[in-house]
Amino acid sequence: MTDSRKPEPDAPIAERVRALEEALDAKGLVPEGFLEKRAEQAQESFDPKNGARVVARAWLDPAFRARLLADGAAASAELGFRAANSEYLVVLENTDAVHNVIVCTQCSCTAWSVIGLPPDWYKSPAYRARVVREPRALLRGMGLDLPEQVAIRVWDTSGETRFMVLPQRPAGTEGWSEERLAGIVTREALIGVARVAGTTS
Amino acid sequence: MSGFGAVEIERNEPVFHERWEARAFALNNLGIRILEAYNVHEYRHAVERMDPSHYLAASYYERWFTGVATLLVEKGVVTRDELEARAGGRFPLARPAAEVKPIRVTPGAQPRFAAGDRVRVRDVHPAGHTRAPRYVRGRRGVVLRASRAFELPDLAGHALAAHLEQTYHVEFEARELWTDAAESRETVVVDLWESYLEPVG
Repeated sequence: MTDSRKPEPDAPIAERVRALEEALDAKGLVPEGFLEKRAEQAQESFDPKNGARVVARAWLDPAFRARLLADGAAASAELGFRAANSEYLVVLENTDAVHNVIVCTQCSCTAWSVIGLPPDWYKSPAYRARVVREPRALLRGMGLDLPEQVAIRVWDTSGETRFMVLPQRPAGTEGWSEERLAGIVTREALIGVARVAGTTS
Repeated sequence: MSGFGAVEIERNEPVFHERWEARAFALNNLGIRILEAYNVHEYRHAVERMDPSHYLAASYYERWFTGVATLLVEKGVVTRDELEARAGGRFPLARPAAEVKPIRVTPGAQPRFAAGDRVRVRDVHPAGHTRAPRYVRGRRGVVLRASRAFELPDLAGHALAAHLEQTYHVEFEARELWTDAAESRETVVVDLWESYLEPVG
């Protein structure tokens, strides 16, 4: 598709990936088990459940909340969620007046250590184009109907700062444990395309 | 770009849908951290250099993989011929990078802008890599905060010596970005390097 050098179709993507892996392996460039280990790490360490725990702690502990808003990376590291490349993490607090939502219009960056690798919808050209152009309509279409008086702040991850939304704690969760609270915080809420619902209906 | 439709969230989405996606993910880490063949800025630019029709048709991890394969061919780690022979068909790669000249910059000791300063994004259209999104070029915004200093991607993306340069979170009113009927009470915050900005008098 990228040139007209040869008339035959592209090799299937799975074959292309295998071909590169084998070519590197044939040159002795792939350390034993490296690719498996790295893929496993991506699936186990980069998990939105980490961000959910950070949020739950912030809801319960005002001092932690203050530290989180001052230095997101350091506060997350207190819970063991360390960014790979000394990431600069800015946590965005949702209030009754302002709703924050995150995008990366140029690629699809997220704060891996707390949000995980980006989901497909976040990587779609539709999301990346529409959320900066018509956020209120887009969010409504995704099931988040924000009242007109709530301002929307869209954060484009165009540089090296990574962002995470601190959603509002829903009513009806008084007295809940940190674990129970963490259980209702979704990846979509950490990105800002959903609110946290008080019941798991 | 416009003309996109609804954004659908996949319930219980796996981190990787196919085995090759996990391998492609890990191969990039191999290229950057183990082989040290290229840096993350060059990787992002390699994806941007894909043929636009291939870029839009490809899934996220196909774009990811095409960037990795392109750089490993360009850096002489593998050849396209050997990849095509192993894959049994055409192996699309990104287009060559534009020639970008090194620039010597002596960054100021202090950030040039402070929170509350009014700035305009320089309306320039570089042939190479940049992280100033097109939709803010020439537009006026207000500095929310001076963030941290990071390598200038415009140089690092071409494997040129890159200095650390101050970045800023700059807020733009929706009406400044989209001159027609932009939705009200909406802003977009973009993370921008100092040399992308000029003061507004």
